Amino acid sequence: MTDEASKGVTGVAPYLRVRNLVKTYGTFTALDSVSLDVVAGEFVCFLGPSGCGKTTLLRAIAGLDPQTSGTIEQAGRDISNLPPPARDFGIVFQSYALFPNLTVAANVAYGLVSRGRPKAETAERVTMLLQLVGLSDQGAKYPGQLSGGQQQRVALARALATSPGLLLLDEPLSALDARVRIHLRREIKDLQRRVGVTTIMVTHDQEEALTMADRIVVMNRGAIEQIGSPAEVYRKPATEFVADFIGAMTFIPASALDDTHVKAGPLVFETAPFSIRQGSTVKLGIRPEEVRVRNLGADVPNRLDTRIEALEFLGAFARARLVPVVAPELQVTADFSMNALRDLSLVEGQSLTVSLPPETLRVFPVPQ
Amino acid sequence: MTAAVRPVESLVTRSASLETAVAGTAILVLVCGLLVLVGFPLWSLLSKSLYVRGEFAGLQNFIAYVTTPALSRSVINSLFVALVTTLIVVPIAFAYAYALTRTSMRAKGLLYATALVPLFAPSLLPAISLIYFFGNQGFLKSWMFGGSIYGPAGIIMAEVFYCFPHALTILVAALRLADARLYEAAEALGASRPRIFYTVTLGGAKYGLVSAVMVVFTLVITDFGIPKVIGGQFSVLATDVYKQVMGQQNFEMGAVVGVILLIPAVIAFLVDRLAQRRQVALVSARAVAYAPNRSPLRDAAALALCIVVSGIFLAVLGMAVWASFVTYWPYNLGLTLQHYAFEIADSSGWQPFFNSLEVAALTAICGTAVIFVGAYLVEKIRAFPVLRFVAQFLAMLPMAVPGLVLGLGYIFFFNAAWNPLNVLYGTIAILVLNCTAHFYTVPHITATTALKQIDPEFEAVSASLKVPFWRTFTRVTVPISLPAILDIAVYLFVSAMTTVSAIIFLYSTDTKLASIAAVNMDEAGFTASAAGMCVLVVLASMTVKLLQVLADRLLLDRLQAWRRR
Ligand SMILES: Nc1ncnc2c1ncn2[C@@H]1O[C@H](COP(=O)(O)OP(=O)(O)OP(=O)(O)O)[C@@H](O)[C@H]1O
Ligand SMILES: [Mg+2]
Repeated sequence: MTDEASKGVTGVAPYLRVRNLVKTYGTFTALDSVSLDVVAGEFVCFLGPSGCGKTTLLRAIAGLDPQTSGTIEQAGRDISNLPPPARDFGIVFQSYALFPNLTVAANVAYGLVSRGRPKAETAERVTMLLQLVGLSDQGAKYPGQLSGGQQQRVALARALATSPGLLLLDEPLSALDARVRIHLRREIKDLQRRVGVTTIMVTHDQEEALTMADRIVVMNRGAIEQIGSPAEVYRKPATEFVADFIGAMTFIPASALDDTHVKAGPLVFETAPFSIRQGSTVKLGIRPEEVRVRNLGADVPNRLDTRIEALEFLGAFARARLVPVVAPELQVTADFSMNALRDLSLVEGQSLTVSLPPETLRVFPVPQ
Repeated sequence: MTAAVRPVESLVTRSASLETAVAGTAILVLVCGLLVLVGFPLWSLLSKSLYVRGEFAGLQNFIAYVTTPALSRSVINSLFVALVTTLIVVPIAFAYAYALTRTSMRAKGLLYATALVPLFAPSLLPAISLIYFFGNQGFLKSWMFGGSIYGPAGIIMAEVFYCFPHALTILVAALRLADARLYEAAEALGASRPRIFYTVTLGGAKYGLVSAVMVVFTLVITDFGIPKVIGGQFSVLATDVYKQVMGQQNFEMGAVVGVILLIPAVIAFLVDRLAQRRQVALVSARAVAYAPNRSPLRDAAALALCIVVSGIFLAVLGMAVWASFVTYWPYNLGLTLQHYAFEIADSSGWQPFFNSLEVAALTAICGTAVIFVGAYLVEKIRAFPVLRFVAQFLAMLPMAVPGLVLGLGYIFFFNAAWNPLNVLYGTIAILVLNCTAHFYTVPHITATTALKQIDPEFEAVSASLKVPFWRTFTRVTVPISLPAILDIAVYLFVSAMTTVSAIIFLYSTDTKLASIAAVNMDEAGFTASAAGMCVLVVLASMTVKLLQVLADRLLLDRLQAWRRR
């Protein structure tokens, strides 16, 4: 994992370098030797199920809950043992933690006032920041008088006010309703690009991570499963966990034949290249949306005659449970657009020939 | 570039370590302060009980105590009055609280306020009142069927008055937490009314009940004013301490009785803490508030009960007021102000009343500042977990220490020849310190509760913005907590104004307090003047409470525009 982590974006010295970070609570290990690099200006998402240690990692980087062991370097400076005020970051919490008794403007100015800058300069910067987050006319209100989305943007402006080198966001959108969330996603991402601040965002929403992040750090049980661009973690999930957590995937028990073929029951599938010892038990992963039904030539690889066992409408698409005719004990889930559904007039019980494109089939080892 | 960045960076690092240093120093000062205020005096008391005339004697004093029937008799007496009082107070207070929270009777606010009246009086006020009702000259003497009010009967009746509001506030809080969904569920399951009452109502309030029982029991065991005034020959632990120390100057035996007094208080305290912890766990965030429906019969019965109880309270208070104006009870019922010319009854005249105001005001101001800052340090600072734990323990300790015991500890600690702090002995300052220490725990809990409701990330945000924590404390935490702070100040003022037990060992002729003056005047036979002094205390405490209510309504509303949506 360390090798992969330190690769980062090759050639550029990382802005933030985390090495072998361990955090334990009594006998419980919340972070298990986590290493990662973040390049300056990058937008990185920590993604993982609830309780996997995302917040713990973020708070360790901020110095709010210091790690048990391991090191953190920021801009070439070892900050592992510095208290939070000695570090250089801005943070937005899930609760926003806006000071309720201070106006929006005073909240944004909070970190500026104590720096002894001239009043006019502070006021100017506050105006600029409020403009940046689109709240120019709300400066005199109190946080309690704003909507959730507006409060969120005030918290963002406050965190950016002191021009921190690193912006930390802990599930900044989770308290908002779905519509506002999608809108703010783009806004935060745009803002980050304009300001150019290195940003780490914690989320357990894969869609959020896929749409916003330059790179995603997928975490599970206190350890990093994979680091990669959204396309990478989606197309080439490094582990079964990642494949299952991001997007949907059906897993079929199989055994490895060589480095591009597996055997599942009586069927042999050609797959993306993998390196697992021949004969080992593996799992074959198929993304439902990659199952092809149209334009199948006679020589198309992984051709499969199936029967539609069940068909479930899910709005824009339908999810089908397919059973191979020669191996009814295997099941493959496939998603079909409404278009395909109509064109092929698919119904339950009908026979259907599909193909599973080899480059989309992933093979995962099964731990003994 | 790097050269330009460096100095700023080291400046930031330095200010961060300054912050840690300030926090550490503050917590250290708090711990030391609490040790002086509570820890060392208690330690002095405990060690004193093991000495005889300056020589270490192990448990000899305790053996002497147990084998002296005149002394050990008081243990039984104390337990007896405490038990009976608890058995009377808690059921009535429960019914009263039930009426206030679970019925639709009228005038709930007024009836609640009336029931809280005893909080504003020194404990000896009901005792004095009862003497006017049932004493040798009392006009209801015949109701005693030849028995005497001086003794257990009087003590218990007066203690009921004194303890009632304490039990009531706890039970109202417990019953207010009703979850309507539980009642709906129970009704849907076809449970009978008594069964619903038993399982849901009592079940939900059971920790409140345990708490109320413990609090009342401790209050009675440790109260000094009432048995002193109305106890007659019936000796209890609290009066024994006083007799040993003030009467016979036997400090060691006083300490022994003090230690024995400490035992039930500590047990009750521990049980209460356990119960409180459970009670919190019972309240789920999703609870639906219970809205009592109308039921004419039940509401009328509730109203009748409340009127009778609060009527008795008002009568007790009213009797003290009236008695203080009556020329010569019971022969000349003409009204006069002569009993308020206190110098006839006690050479210090009105001075004790002004002393009391001074001590109460100083306790309210200094005590609130110390307790709130202390609670903030314990609750919001992340560093120094061990020191914070010690501070938290010392802050909770005073609740388990009866006032008399603490006062006695103060004699031993602050009067010791080796202690440079003995210059404080006999000053107003030691009274303020003692009052702050004695009443430390409840305001500490109030402050902690208020602070817990504030977003825990405020300190983290400040740290990220490089704003020192004390700035966030003054600019955000204090303004947000203003109602709680006001609450604490008033609690401390009223408590310091009405207390008898803790300070009875600590005053000097110049620093005598109102409640002590009342005890002295009563002892000297000037009962009407004693009543008058108590009435003044009630007046002062109630005025301050009313000011708080007004401030809450007017001032805070204007200052805290941000609370409005
Ligand atoms: N103070 C603590 N004491 C003990 N265990 C803790 C403490 N804080 C966190 N943990 C544990 O550490 C693990 C990681 O917690 P963390 O808050 O980092 O999860 P998360 O990934 O942010 O989850 P979520 O998405 O629910 O916020 C959890 O299992 C949690 O129970
Ligand atoms: Mg989290």
